[in-house]
Amino acid sequence: MSGEQARKLIVIVAIWLLLLLAPYWMPPLGGYTALGTRVLVLGLAAMSVNFLLGFTGVLSFGHAAWFGLGAYGCGLMLKFVALSTPLGLIAGTVLGGVLGGLLGTLIVRRRGVYFAMVTIAFGQVFYYIAFQWSSLTGGDDGLRPFSRQPLHLGFATVDILSDATAFYYFVLFCFALAVAVMGFILRSPFGRTMLAIRENERRARFLGIPVERHIWIAFTLSCFFMAYAGSLYALVNNFADPRGLHYSQSGDFVIMAVMGGMRSFWGPLLGAAVFVVLQDYLSSVTINWMSFVGLLFVLVVLFFPRGLLGVIRRKSEA
Amino acid sequence: MSLLEVKSATKSFGSLVAVRDVSLAVRQGELRAIIGPNGAGKTTFFNLISGFFPPTSGTVAFDGNDVTALSVTKRVHLGMARTFQITEIFPELTVHENVRIGAEVAAGYRLRPWISRAGAEKVERTIEETLALVGLSAKANRLVGELAHGDQRAAEIAMALTLRPKLLLLDEPTAGMGDQETYEITQLIRRLHRDSNFTIVLIEHDMRVVFHLADRITVLDQGKLLAEGTPQEIGANEAVQAAYLGKAA
Repeated sequence: MSGEQARKLIVIVAIWLLLLLAPYWMPPLGGYTALGTRVLVLGLAAMSVNFLLGFTGVLSFGHAAWFGLGAYGCGLMLKFVALSTPLGLIAGTVLGGVLGGLLGTLIVRRRGVYFAMVTIAFGQVFYYIAFQWSSLTGGDDGLRPFSRQPLHLGFATVDILSDATAFYYFVLFCFALAVAVMGFILRSPFGRTMLAIRENERRARFLGIPVERHIWIAFTLSCFFMAYAGSLYALVNNFADPRGLHYSQSGDFVIMAVMGGMRSFWGPLLGAAVFVVLQDYLSSVTINWMSFVGLLFVLVVLFFPRGLLGVIRRKSEA
Repeated sequence: MSLLEVKSATKSFGSLVAVRDVSLAVRQGELRAIIGPNGAGKTTFFNLISGFFPPTSGTVAFDGNDVTALSVTKRVHLGMARTFQITEIFPELTVHENVRIGAEVAAGYRLRPWISRAGAEKVERTIEETLALVGLSAKANRLVGELAHGDQRAAEIAMALTLRPKLLLLDEPTAGMGDQETYEITQLIRRLHRDSNFTIVLIEHDMRVVFHLADRITVLDQGKLLAEGTPQEIGANEAVQAAYLGKAA
């Protein structure tokens, strides 16, 4: 095993140990378990944005649309159709993912700023729909009431509604599933064609990769991950909110991904952790908490252009 | 029959006619050089062949197919591969990873979420053979972006070779290189042509390289076909000499 592989293995084991033991080490440090749950969910969302941004080289600035649609899909299922947490997750994931895939067909030929602008527009369309369609979505007040339901495993029932620790582990399990799929895709031949497009679109095309089709697939996968994270977010809050679709929410996800490190798989999770913890701490001190997060973001971009985790830069094994 | 046959290709950008009524036939196994003064339309002509953009008029036939209207990707799948004047590589990936992407696409794995052990071994063999062919085996784990210019060019050629192309298009393979690097790339192209029997069309500025390598030479000047022939014929051609000395032909 080479040095790089050994280092990677150590990092992965450390990350999972930290996540698995979070309900035990967070409270003594002044945190609380629900904060860890939020980090996981928003971290997964930031990793989904980065799946496209960091690994395909395509910046979507409206990804909150799929996040918010996931939340509404999950909430509507729980409120109107069936009192089942898994069905809520499935409904949200499918709603956001399918709509993302359909709209994605319209934009895969756009690049750079144009791609980002059109994705913002999509996001705002869904924002206003959620905002205006009060009879279905609750409008500005958000979608309520609904709540996550206990899990029936056949041999036991897990109360994830009132037991914060049980809910944390449920979210961690869902997070691990998504992250495993994401990692698996990135290590596949298809994942390598994503890297090829990020690195050099012209070369990718001249190697025989149909670039538009591959960007569409990557975009759609990313929308599904995003909607899945959004569904989990609805379960976290027992609430879905039009602001979850807004482009400022998309901007937060991009900030998390860039701050943590776009080129690294785990960077966005770290970015989300910093963002969420700062928000939690600073917002109890000042209403201008975002200025401080913004300042930190500027400093990171200036001094660590590859993000907090990107400092560990890839070097040749010469 | 010719492997590549371009008939009366013309390409205009607005009122500028970059390529005017140029025809070319390259047979299987040939090494053809395209030369000409700056602005002669060589790269534009190359772009017509590889499908970067369609010709304004004229046709391109490849391996018995009319490919005039086909996209780059489709031409690649028919067996055309090219390199660029400014090296096009995946700078933040290693040499091995660069070549692997080509090998996996060529093996039809580009959409696969996973590949079998046999498939992976086949890909690995292709990578090893290709790296050995271009002389980059020892640098397989280096990031391509960190290599010397000559090695980057060799890596780009290696990526094209993983596609097992019937036709290899090289746009100024020695552009911006010193004598030693030029010599090495020239030797590589010679090996690909003589030993591995690749059909190659290249654009080149360095006349030593051209006369050393080419079976036949096509000369373009101001977008038009000026002459075509063996290196001896072209060397003795007065119109060609005049074009290179800047006089009216």
